Formats: sequence, structure tokens, C-alpha cells
Amino acid sequence: MEFLQQLINGLSLGAIYALIALGYTMVYGVLRFINFAHSDVFMVGAFAGFYLGRVLPAASFGGGLLVLFGAMVICAVLGVVIEKLAYRPLRGRSTLTVLITAIGVSLLLQNAGQLIFGANPKSFPKLFPQHNFTFGGMVLSSDQIAVFVVTIAILLGLHYIVMKTRIGTAMRALSFNPTAASLVGINNDMVISFTFALGSALAAAGGILYAINYPSIDPLMGTLPGLKAFVAAVLGGIGNIPGAALGGVLLGLIETLVVAMGGSTYRDAVAFAVLILILLVRPSGLLGKLQAEKV
Amino acid sequence: MLEIKELAVSYGAITALHGVSLSVKPGSIVTLIGGNGAGKTTTLRTVSGLLKPQAGEILYNGKSLVGLKPHRVVELGLSHVPEGRMVFANLTVHENLMMGAYLQRDKNLIRASFESVFATFPRLQEREQQVAGTLSGGEQQMLAIGRALMSRPKFLMMDEPSLGIAPLLVKTIFEKIVEINRTQGITILLVEQNANLALEISHFGYVLETGKIILSDNSAALRQNPQVKSAYLGGG
Repeated sequence: MEFLQQLINGLSLGAIYALIALGYTMVYGVLRFINFAHSDVFMVGAFAGFYLGRVLPAASFGGGLLVLFGAMVICAVLGVVIEKLAYRPLRGRSTLTVLITAIGVSLLLQNAGQLIFGANPKSFPKLFPQHNFTFGGMVLSSDQIAVFVVTIAILLGLHYIVMKTRIGTAMRALSFNPTAASLVGINNDMVISFTFALGSALAAAGGILYAINYPSIDPLMGTLPGLKAFVAAVLGGIGNIPGAALGGVLLGLIETLVVAMGGSTYRDAVAFAVLILILLVRPSGLLGKLQAEKV
Repeated sequence: MLEIKELAVSYGAITALHGVSLSVKPGSIVTLIGGNGAGKTTTLRTVSGLLKPQAGEILYNGKSLVGLKPHRVVELGLSHVPEGRMVFANLTVHENLMMGAYLQRDKNLIRASFESVFATFPRLQEREQQVAGTLSGGEQQMLAIGRALMSRPKFLMMDEPSLGIAPLLVKTIFEKIVEINRTQGITILLVEQNANLALEISHFGYVLETGKIILSDNSAALRQNPQVKSAYLGGG
């Protein structure tokens, strides 16, 4: 029973990592760089939920979903703006330049967050009705159910967009060969904007689900979950969308199991141990293909 | 239809084109031949908007293409089959062709384009649900041409369609190029290292050498030209 309980906890943490990891991996897919500001978009998502939660009916199912949706829209816009102002002017420059810019954007968002939201932690409101379901000694909270339902719905939606729609196919085409994509008439900038919108919306969903389960939010809250989600993306194979989801879930499970076995001191260290291990053993990640860097 | 005037392009400090001028009449097949590094690919990439020229003008039906982004050039009815095919190896044949019709919103027109491409290349229909990366080189070239045709172009640029393809298939592909030109009335600008084949199917030819046009004439006349013969046709 204890094991099953930990499994549920691990899956719900992993689902959140998966949502954030998807944003890293999708942006990497189209622009080949790690958007380090992504973890702060996650933070903005949580704060958007915090403020929206004040105006929308709390602890109701519809209200909670509305908050979630609103935060996703806000972060989608933020993602598009960040790309347009910070990354687009650097198109064609070296990846290192863009990477350093991403770190700059990350610092900007963290400090702007402290300026606007205040540096003190805030207590996140209850967005969904609270209820605990017990199955023979196992407890499943309504918040955990919300995490599972929302994550699965989002993953299915994402799968549909990426695999079945015109813009999703264009994302995959651009990810494979940007030159060929532009030669068939794809507006690469538009597709890149769309990718940022999508990834940032997922980060917002992750931010809210995280805040529901760990209801103390502050402007620096994105750093650690963001780094772990980055590890998850690398674990699954950076640039690979199913890989990011798998990596997130695995990392959540590993972390929870380490804690359950009495290693809570190492709960943060374990993610980075995983990163070092995967880079040593299989640098392309679990589902990634080894690719020669084109020169 | 296409008029290139004194086009100059450079990559950093290296000048690739020193004032190239050429023109393509509607309905014709014009070929641009020359050795490695002569600037053939650079010429096509500049027309497509992938490269920005330092000087010169590119006019398509009197409208300047200079400074347009690649997707705008496609919008105007020019399509480019790039060197090395560049099919989306991670997508299926069907998805590749759908991407070729990216700017086309009319479902009926897209369906008609599919039918027309499949009529030209029945092999693509057999492989429709297959991932493009699993196709042979020749099939990928067919796909690259088919994908370019999906945008219903009036002007088609092809970069080395014979490159890395089994000799038997090269013949088929060149027959298809002629067919596309004759039956669909699409004007073609063909860049080729295989000068023999290119001059056989084209109406007019330009010889490019280190970024300059050194010769231009009817293709039949170029084939008899001693200079062309010795340098590009393997004759003495």
C-alpha cells in the first residue's frame, strides 16, 4: 500500500515535470537552444493563477479550470513576447549568444517578479473543491486527481496539435529542416511564435498544478522545478516530445521513491545525479536519436 | 518571366556571384550549368529569398523579389526543389506533400494537386503513408519535386535533381521534368552538373564559372560549342 501511495505521489509530481519539460523540448526542437527563461514563465503562471483565483469563484470545479485556462493564455502571450523581443533579433547568431540571452531573460523575470509580486512567499488559494478519496488505506486527494486529469487532457491535446494539425506538422517540418520549411512556404517566425505560445501555456499549467500541491509561491519558485524539468527533457531526449513526457514522469517517480526510502535529504540531488548518469551513458536521452551536429 | 540583372552575392568576405544576369522566358526550360562552386546554387537560393544580394535585381513578372522572405516568394508562384532534396525525413510522404501545399487553403485544390502529383509520380502514392526517411534517393527526389508542385507553382527551380541518384532513375526524373514543363506549362530553371542531360532537355542554357556567366546560347548550340564540349561534356 505504502508503495502504491508513493507511486501516486510520484506520478503527480512527474506529471508536473512533464508539462514543464515539454516546453523546453519543443523550443529546442525549433530553435536548438535551451530556453532558460522557461522556468520563470512557470513562475508567472503560478502568480497568474494566484491573482485570477482572487477574482474567480474559488474552490469550484469550473472556477478552477477557468483560472487554469486564463493563466495559460497569459503565459502564452508572455512566451510570444519574450521570443519576439529577446530571441528573434538574434536569429542566425550562435546558440551561445541566445543561451546567454535566455539566462538574462530569466533574471529579468525573477527580479521583475520580486518587484511586482513582492519577494515574500504567498499562499496559493484552493482552486478546486477539496476532497480526499481513500481506497483501502491509500489516499488520493482531489488536487492530485486534478493534476492527473489536467495533464492527461493537455498531453492528448498536444499530441493532436503536433501530429494532426497543419501548424503542428509545420512545427515538425521546421524542426527537421528550417530551410526546407521556408521553401515550401512556411512562415518560420510564425511557427516559432506558435511553439513558444504552446510551450509557455504548458508551463503555466505546470505552475498552477505545482502551486496547488505545494501552495507557497514566490518569484524564485521556478528555478528548482525548472532545472528538474530540464533534466527530464534531457532524460527523455531533448527535442523529442514523447521523451519529455516520459522523462518527466520517470523523474517524478525517482524523486518520490528516493524520499520514500528515507533519502529526503537527497531529493534535489537525485535529479542531477540522473542528469550526470544519462549524459555519461546515453547522451541522446531515452527516446532521442543520436544526431551528428550539422556544420 | 524571370529576369536577373547584375546579381552580386557574397558570403562574408567571399564573393560568390559577380554580377550574374540571366532571363527565363515563360514556358521554357532554362538550364544553368557549371562546375562545383560556380555559384549555381547561390543563384537559386538568392531568387528564393534564402540569401540577400549585395547588388542587382531579381524581377518576376516585373515585380522585384529582392528582400522578400522565402515564404513570400512561394506565395508569388515560385517553387524551389533544393539541392540534396531536403525532404522532411521525419514526416510521412503524405505529410510532406501537405506541407508543400502549406499556403493553399482550398481543400479541393489541395486534392487536385495530390491527384496531379500522384499521376506524375505513381510511386509516391504507393508510399503515401511511409515515413520519407525510408524512401530511396530517387523516390526522395520525386517527393521533393512533388512537394514543390503541391504549391501549384508557375515557376519551378530545381537544384541538381540528378545528384546521388541511381542512373536509371535519373533518366525517369528528367523525363518527368520535361513532362511537367510540357503538360502543366510550368516554366523551369534547372541547375545541373550533368550538363549533357541538362542541355538535352532544355531550350536555353547559361554557363556559370566562378560567379560569372561566361556563355549563353540555345541549348542545341551550346552542345556543339567546343568550349562547353571540352569543359562540361567530356569531349575533346
